[in-house]
Amino acid sequence: MIEVKDLNKSFGEAHILKGITTTFEKGKTNLIIGQSGSGKTVFLKCLLGLFNYEQGSISYDGKIFAQLSEDKKRDVRADIGMVFQGSALFDSMTIAENVMFPLRMFTKMSKEEMLDRADFVLKRVNLENAHHKFPAEASGGMQKRVAIARAIVNKPKYLFCDEPNSGLDPKTAIVIDNLIQEITDEYQITTVINSHDMNSVMEIGEKIVFLKDGLKAWEGSKETIFRTDNEVVTDFVYSSNLFKKVRKMYLEENQ
Amino acid sequence: MFRKMTKWSVMKELILKDIDDLVIGSIGIVAFISFFVGSVVTIQTALNIDNPLIPKYLVGFATRQSVILEFAPTFISVIMAGKVGSFITSSIGTMRVTEQIDALEVMGINSINYLVFPKFIALSLYPFVISIAMFLGIVGGLVACVYGGYASIDDYIMGIQIDFIPFHIVYAFLKTFLFAFVLATVPAYHGYFMKGGALEVGKASTTSFVWTSVVIILLNYILTQLLLS
Ligand SMILES: Nc1ncnc2c1ncn2[C@@H]1O[C@H](COP(=O)(O)OP(=O)(O)O)[C@@H](O)[C@H]1O
Ligand SMILES: [Mg+2]
Repeated sequence: MIEVKDLNKSFGEAHILKGITTTFEKGKTNLIIGQSGSGKTVFLKCLLGLFNYEQGSISYDGKIFAQLSEDKKRDVRADIGMVFQGSALFDSMTIAENVMFPLRMFTKMSKEEMLDRADFVLKRVNLENAHHKFPAEASGGMQKRVAIARAIVNKPKYLFCDEPNSGLDPKTAIVIDNLIQEITDEYQITTVINSHDMNSVMEIGEKIVFLKDGLKAWEGSKETIFRTDNEVVTDFVYSSNLFKKVRKMYLEENQ
Repeated sequence: MFRKMTKWSVMKELILKDIDDLVIGSIGIVAFISFFVGSVVTIQTALNIDNPLIPKYLVGFATRQSVILEFAPTFISVIMAGKVGSFITSSIGTMRVTEQIDALEVMGINSINYLVFPKFIALSLYPFVISIAMFLGIVGGLVACVYGGYASIDDYIMGIQIDFIPFHIVYAFLKTFLFAFVLATVPAYHGYFMKGGALEVGKASTTSFVWTSVVIILLNYILTQLLLS
């Protein structure tokens, strides 16, 4: 479980995150949603320790990250997997080498053990026979799978994904969303996903934190997001006509 | 750069790859340029001394001096600022804009150590490239001299041996070492700290080339003033 208390982050004069308090639970897919520019990526990078913040605290299973010694911080980092928006695969390495990279850096596994583990996770993300391709030779959907495989290869406790299905066609996007949710459930990972995609919200929004201009405007789940009267949320959710219809049907059905 | 060193087994591979990309990969173009610029220097010198009182061996002497003191260490380094420098900036810059550097940092890897240290080690072999440039520049001069009939082989060889000052070699290699340092740091800095997207990677490479050459030329002036005058 990850607990965030009163998180504040600025870049110079620009106050980006304004006192966010929330928790992300273990074994669940936690979504951070909001418009472009609302601060989702900045929030995620604070969670990852890539950005320092002026105020507030973030704790991983009860350990307040900022108060840990360098060694202990490294231990927490070793338990983190991250899927970047553009996949961020190392383009000088093959797909298999990308997946094995965290193992090479952080474990004492033999070459065979690493290959076995890479095989296993690549199968898990439904990628076979692509080991020797380079990232540039793979489609967007494949790259995303490799990025997920690389993120989970060292059995993380925490998985972060920044807009994991942006740039993918709707069908592939749902496949990727479901894959993340299955993995989260199967390995009981605390997963935090940035998204601005309502499809993702409906597929995998077990917990949803809604950001607007750096403030937490609402929190709930895919079950409650349709029922809320919170205006900023309904504005965002029903910006598309399709979802306006869906909501109407949903409310009629559940009267 | 030295905090949290990358695992040696991984670092070794990175170094070998950078030696291949930065050093071995440059030898061809350096050899080609050195040979022909050496030839041209010889021809120009020969054509400019048609006074019969000036001894023929002067052609070899002048070629040796210009190749060893300036052409190989400085001129080749400016060319390398274009070749090696843009390569370093664009490869690190691409890693920055595609979040590959963030990916390293998230894993708890010291990305500066991972990316820049191997380039330092690889470029410590740079004086080897410059030695090849010196040698081939002088050989190019010899070939042009004999082929064009400006002086005999013996005159030329005598010329390249005359008034030889060992300190000039020290001076040339001292410059080379400093330029190698500049070639690793300035382009890496421009790549590592860049912002933006693919277009900015291109711009950063150009800026990095300009700054690397400016630093090399200015350093060359300062060192020459300090060491030779
Ligand atoms: N490194 C940075 N320096 C300065 N401002 C930044 C930086 N990163 C993000 N911002 C600003 O923070 C705000 C939120 O950005 P971001 O978190 O990327 O939004 P999104 O919700 O689309 O992911 C934007 O106004 C952006 O300009
Ligand atoms: Mg974003």
